[in-house]
Amino acid sequence: MNNFSYTPAATAKEALGLRKDTKEAAFIAGGTTLLDLMKANVEAHPQLIDINQLPFKGIQETADGLRIGALERMSDVGENALVMQQYPVIAEALLLSASPQLRNMASIGGNLLQRTRCGYFRDPAFPCNKRNPGSGCPAQVGDNRNLAILGTSEACIATNPGDLAVALVALDAVVVLENAKGKQRRVPLLDFHLLPGTTPQRETILEPDELIVAVTVPAAAHARKSHYVKVRDRASYAFALVSAAVGLEVQGGQIRSARLALGGVGTKPWRALEAEKMLVGRAATEETFRTAAAAAVRGAQPREHNRFKVEMAQKTLVQALQELMAS
Amino acid sequence: MDNEPAFFETNGPGTGGIVGQPLDRVDGFAKVTGQAKYSAEYKLPGLTYGVLRTSEIARGKIQSIDTSVAAKEPGVLAILTHLNLPKLAKTPNDPDSKKAIGAPMGFLPLTSDQVHYAGQPVALVVADTYDRAVHAASLVKVNYAVEKPVVSFLDPKAQVFDPEKVQDGKTPGHTRRGNPQEAFAASPIQLTATYEHAINHHNPMEPGATTAVWEGPDRVTVYESTQGVTRTQKALSAMLGLPTEQVRVVTKYLGGGFGCKGSTWPHTILTVQAAKAVGRPVRLSLTRPQQFTSMGHREDQHQTLKLGATREGRLTALIHEKTSTTSPWDNYAEPNSRIINLLYNCPAFESTYQLGRANVMTSTFTRAPGEAPGSFAIECSMDDLAAQLGIDPLQIRLLNYADKDPTNGKPWSSKSLKQCYARGAELFGWSKRNPKNGATRQGRYLMGMGMATASYPVHNNQGTARIRLYADGHALVQTGATDLGTGTYTVMTQVAADSLGIAPDKVRFELGDTRLPTAPNSGGSVAAGTVSSSIYMAAQDVWQKLTKLAIQDKKSPLYRAKAADVVAEKGRLVLKTDKTKGEDFMALMKRADMPDIEGSGQGKYGAGYETGRAPGPADSGHEDDKGGHSMHSFGVHFCEVRVDPEVGTVRVTRWVSVHGAGRILNAKTARSQIIGGSIFGIGNALMEETFRDPNLARYTNASLGEYHIPVNADIPDMTVEFIDEHDPYINAMGVKGIGEISMVGVAAAVANAVFHATGKRIRSLPITPDKVMNSLAV
Repeated sequence: MNNFSYTPAATAKEALGLRKDTKEAAFIAGGTTLLDLMKANVEAHPQLIDINQLPFKGIQETADGLRIGALERMSDVGENALVMQQYPVIAEALLLSASPQLRNMASIGGNLLQRTRCGYFRDPAFPCNKRNPGSGCPAQVGDNRNLAILGTSEACIATNPGDLAVALVALDAVVVLENAKGKQRRVPLLDFHLLPGTTPQRETILEPDELIVAVTVPAAAHARKSHYVKVRDRASYAFALVSAAVGLEVQGGQIRSARLALGGVGTKPWRALEAEKMLVGRAATEETFRTAAAAAVRGAQPREHNRFKVEMAQKTLVQALQELMAS
Repeated sequence: MDNEPAFFETNGPGTGGIVGQPLDRVDGFAKVTGQAKYSAEYKLPGLTYGVLRTSEIARGKIQSIDTSVAAKEPGVLAILTHLNLPKLAKTPNDPDSKKAIGAPMGFLPLTSDQVHYAGQPVALVVADTYDRAVHAASLVKVNYAVEKPVVSFLDPKAQVFDPEKVQDGKTPGHTRRGNPQEAFAASPIQLTATYEHAINHHNPMEPGATTAVWEGPDRVTVYESTQGVTRTQKALSAMLGLPTEQVRVVTKYLGGGFGCKGSTWPHTILTVQAAKAVGRPVRLSLTRPQQFTSMGHREDQHQTLKLGATREGRLTALIHEKTSTTSPWDNYAEPNSRIINLLYNCPAFESTYQLGRANVMTSTFTRAPGEAPGSFAIECSMDDLAAQLGIDPLQIRLLNYADKDPTNGKPWSSKSLKQCYARGAELFGWSKRNPKNGATRQGRYLMGMGMATASYPVHNNQGTARIRLYADGHALVQTGATDLGTGTYTVMTQVAADSLGIAPDKVRFELGDTRLPTAPNSGGSVAAGTVSSSIYMAAQDVWQKLTKLAIQDKKSPLYRAKAADVVAEKGRLVLKTDKTKGEDFMALMKRADMPDIEGSGQGKYGAGYETGRAPGPADSGHEDDKGGHSMHSFGVHFCEVRVDPEVGTVRVTRWVSVHGAGRILNAKTARSQIIGGSIFGIGNALMEETFRDPNLARYTNASLGEYHIPVNADIPDMTVEFIDEHDPYINAMGVKGIGEISMVGVAAAVANAVFHATGKRIRSLPITPDKVMNSLAV
């Protein structure tokens, strides 16, 4: 860990101004990812700008849905009655994440920016195109058991970690960003994360002079009837091997709308749009689910140790849909 | 002393029935209030902080090392590298010195420009604060001439060879009994199976840590996170070229060891040398990633077991081969064959070890070394045999029950395995097990029941203890033992209380210091039996001295009695024939104007106790066969699992362990230890795996975030019971030790339950969801 200065900011403008002065500075909210990475010398910042006093708070019902302030903590959102009742997939994903201690610290905005658990990225002794562009990607032929099968490139196969973004991307969440001039823009979460391509170091569309203010989620029948399933190596406190966020609107046994996303398999939170299309208008049967699940992993490019994810992802998706229908 | 060895009897002479009780931990309050000082918590005047800089590469040569930038950082006091490490009298780099030191690894970093494994220390930075040392360590620039490493025994570049001996010379590379090849060939039932084991790391909660302070130019005190202060003292004094007495090692509390703290690893001597270089005390605590490359590991290994049997299920031959990875210098392999040779009545046995050298540090004993992986092979194969013949898995084990030790024909000193089987089966409800595999459903889950036998030897060992009994009724009891966190402080307090006939709160028990009488390393399950016996013997010494005093004291009711007619009972010396005649030790001592009296005793553990023959220095070990009896603890684990047949997740839903392990000193700490060992084994069975990159030979998951050990949600309520055993052959306390056996057979019990649940046999540890899912897809 390098030496750094610590500066609390009272407003977004102040925080972004400090960032402008020191380009390599980082914003800190919960710090649950950032400090780990700094201790491991994966990230080095001369300055940390504490944004916890910024007014990006609140879990509110709006005219067309839900608004979650970027500085709300994972535990508060996961245990919020509105979220649990109207957007169960979000609450479930949050409460299956990390540990209570981490959830009490980690912010919603920070969670969307958490970095991959790829062991090559997290140890500076290894080459890694994401950490050190152009140095190579030993994961391609190495320890890739828990790396991505979808959205990969020759440069990078790092999995986007976490659960919240998977649930949010399924429900068409929008990220609200604000820049130094106080100007806001709204970006669908689907477009927020980038595929690695040849530039895996660039992970989101967030500009250096922008902060995440909030996340909004449109209300919908498929949000009210939604569910999250996470498969992992131990019963708690582990990143997903595979996870599935699903939402359905079913009338008379027929699917009116569907939302599907996968975690643990993509280089970004993986929305399965083609698979959704295969559900809409069909009967909510296991066979339909299986067909959709097959479509969800179409184009997967597994490596030596993560081939199992192709099948596990489909099974998890089917299981999530079946549990949702049974609930 | 009589010729008959002394033996402790509960509620017998001199006891108050405290041994065996579920006494709360005497050190519990100190631990939960933070008063218990671990080795990296001593705040010494002038304390400085050492931080290791370790190698990024696994093989190559240090071409240059630039410390100039780091050295200019504020607070930096010294940077040790291979160019300036203060000279040592001996290093383990040559085999003779390695033996003299008792080093686990035949290479000391910072003595050469060669890099042999990723994570090898290449510099040690000392600064006035920890943070400054950490930062400065990151500024040391090392230029390597990188060479392609050998990754494991499976690497085509690895030279696989047949060692004459493994485990530092303690286990022969080849063993044979009977005519196994012929017997196997003639067997109507022949099973051949290969078992694979991932690398496992001990990961005690407290990482390796050293605080070294030179008290003078040739006198050093080392607060060390070790399972044995004496072994550390021996290693350090040999390397430093100092008389033993001038090296003091202190370990008052240990946050777990599991074998990785059973030897003296490089960071310890490097810290001692750093303290010498800066002339101030130095504290060094390994980081969690460094823990993965500093204190050994359980090696990656394959085992092939050929099992021959009759159609009735009686074993005819066992042929075992193990191939594993070792370091460039040492022939370490945990001795898997021991338990395979011993567990069942089988007339023919053969074992062969093969090693492949790779760019890894030397592996070392990890809880139940040998017994844990060995039991996985034999207990899965026995389960296969049962399945193939349509015999109940418990029945196949009873059919092959060994009434005497099959390796040497000796009778067991005690063996309660049949009682363990019966009680365990009853507690678990084994009779309800569906004989058909893959046929028990609970909702969408597959349920399975499995069991496996456990066994662990009573190793030969010995140790000493000292008691000072005060006339006011208190006692100070001392021995240089270690409490790994398992309850040594507590059980020894109980033993002392009963041996002296006083209440536990009148006993102050001290351990963990080389200034105290020598005790063995706390490893190989020897500590409980050896240390308790030494305390009991020291109490006998006290009673003998007091008896002599009483029978010469005109005012004593025992005046002129024969010493042989006097016994100690609940703190009183009384006549054997008339127990109303006597007095308590306080009255006797006060009358004699004797404020205190000292006694010392030697406790022998295992074969040395039975033969009465001195087995050599404490810690000698490995002369287990010298007695007339074969000495082992035995037990059984029963496991129920719930398998998700879609995605392959396995959860342990019920657990029963029953062990016969001699006298249990404390029902509560013993239960906790069995639970802990079983959880350790469940981790080994289902999730623990360190991954070494197949090209760079560097671990990719050296953290507790990615190296999974069980969390509470993985573990159900566990039932633990013990079968009472009275074993007068093994030591004066009749104790066998339970630290290791708690883990033996656990992985097999889980794997056998998975087999029962799914009908698919997984022979590769850990049994992760992907393996189960793939097995069901076939």
